[in-house]
Amino acid sequence: MTVSTFTANSAANTVKDKTESKKGMVYNTKDLNLWYGETHALKNINLEIQENDVTAIIGPSGCGKSTYIKTLNRMVELTPIVKISGDIQYREKSIFDKNFKVEDLRTHVGMVFQKPNPFPKSIYENVVYGPKIHGIRDKKVLDQIVEKSLRGAAIWDEVKDRLHENAYGLSGGQQQRLCIARCLAIEPDVILMDEPTSALDPISTLKVEELVQELKKDFSIIIVTHNMQQAARISDKTAFFLNGEVIEYADTDVIFSNPTDKRTEDYITGRFG
Amino acid sequence: MKHIDTKLVEKKMGSRLTTNTVAKNVFLAATLFGLLVLVILIYRVVADSIGWIDFEFLTNKLSTDPEKAGIMGAISGTLWLMVVVAPVTMILGVGTAIYLEEYAKKGRLQAFIQTNISNLAGVPSIVFGILGLTVFARALGLGNIVLAGGLTMSLLVLPVVVVASQEAIRAVPQFLREASYGMGATKWQTIKNVVLPAALPGILTGVILALSRAIGETAPLVVLGIPALLIPLPDGIFDKFTVMPMQIYYWTLDSALVAEYANLAAGTIVILLLVLFIMNSIAVLIRNKFQRRF
Ligand SMILES: Nc1ncnc2c1ncn2[C@@H]1O[C@H](COP(=O)(O)OP(=O)(O)O)[C@@H](O)[C@H]1O
Ligand SMILES: [Mg+2]
Repeated sequence: MTVSTFTANSAANTVKDKTESKKGMVYNTKDLNLWYGETHALKNINLEIQENDVTAIIGPSGCGKSTYIKTLNRMVELTPIVKISGDIQYREKSIFDKNFKVEDLRTHVGMVFQKPNPFPKSIYENVVYGPKIHGIRDKKVLDQIVEKSLRGAAIWDEVKDRLHENAYGLSGGQQQRLCIARCLAIEPDVILMDEPTSALDPISTLKVEELVQELKKDFSIIIVTHNMQQAARISDKTAFFLNGEVIEYADTDVIFSNPTDKRTEDYITGRFG
Repeated sequence: MKHIDTKLVEKKMGSRLTTNTVAKNVFLAATLFGLLVLVILIYRVVADSIGWIDFEFLTNKLSTDPEKAGIMGAISGTLWLMVVVAPVTMILGVGTAIYLEEYAKKGRLQAFIQTNISNLAGVPSIVFGILGLTVFARALGLGNIVLAGGLTMSLLVLPVVVVASQEAIRAVPQFLREASYGMGATKWQTIKNVVLPAALPGILTGVILALSRAIGETAPLVVLGIPALLIPLPDGIFDKFTVMPMQIYYWTLDSALVAEYANLAAGTIVILLLVLFIMNSIAVLIRNKFQRRF
């Protein structure tokens, strides 16, 4: 076992001791390793993620942030060369269990992508996509879901008069909030966000950040970010990834004020990355 | 120390510019040559057909009397042929494309099938005619009816539909599929709700181009023994039939006997070209309208 893994484990344990009594755990990652062919992209990851937290994943480009978050809903396996060892438990069930279908996992765990990716359909059709997939046909119910989800994503007022217009007519920031609404419409438990603001302007970024603060009341959020200020502003816990390893995982204020590992300190003070 | 000698550059400038102009004109001439041949062809056909295309030419049945002869039989034969070819190529072609793009593992088998589809596109049409004759007309005992002709034509144009549909499906960006999978959709739900709607314009373009090829093909139908002189109109896919290119073929052959048959052939060619021109324009329109939406 490498020194860094040890650091990560001990950090995780300290955090766990403080909070376990109050909050449940949504994800427990145990000795996770992932390869793209020969590339060892994730190395011995051990992480426990608490419910109703915003958990930020930071680290330089190529350190495995996207790979990790895509493993949590098994989207990473769409790449055929991927091999995985170790385990991830979601609400105490292994996500790799044969009886736990990926379709089922993904209705509990929604995802928002780096680049806004609405369907080339109307705003309304975008939001009802998930519910329809899961068998809801009743127009009244769908209408309710649309309003609730769009309100939840703080975009209702901007689009309520143009629900049947194509989503491609929205600005990038609006498209991203629509994608968040589309994700809320499946009534998930966890929301995964992979650099959701990296394609957005500062004002849209701010809106999404405020939204994340709002959403954490009802959801557990795991957010990858390139932007350390963002992690510091919005997250409760922060995991620092480097070269496929978790170097340090702790309360966000601890990571940013008093990191244990030299490499964490170097990264957050901008010495590399 | 300069590497480029200004004097030398100036000295050579003239010949460089001359070569440049020559090159431009050579390529222009190549383009004009093709266009010229096309213009002459169309001019001759149109000139021969003038005075022969009228309403009755389109609505009359076949007759040995050139004044009374019309191409209604060939038109309805072509339409019935499409009734077979369109759904068969759609289902088989799009189905194959979906399998190859969305389901098949990228590997040897997939590469093998892919190569064979490309090879199939290069097989001469007469070979498909022989296949149709052996399998549909004789082994299945269908004879020279619309269904046999339509199935033969379907095989012939299938590669066009498969390749066009594959390209259309491949052009659907991965992030749309990810959005769908990310909400717990199955593969089929993703294909049905996201991939196919986004690929539809490209698929339609391919199907229209395939149909226009089927409308113009002659050789396979000659092999199938589509009749030269057929007076009754086909009423369904189990009837005997003829199509425009066959009509052109026989009238041209017989123009040695009756000179006016050449004019009838020319008139049919004009109609056939018009139909093909319209179909190809629709295909291009669809493609341009829906291009690069993502
Ligand atoms: N589809 C893939 N095929 C092969 N290697 C990949 C693939 N995706 C990512 N990788 C590799 O895995 C590592 C981690 O990538 P990624 O998770 O995208 O990093 P991050 O999101 O932190 O920038 C990188 O070295 C990258 O080159
Ligand atoms: Mg990434």
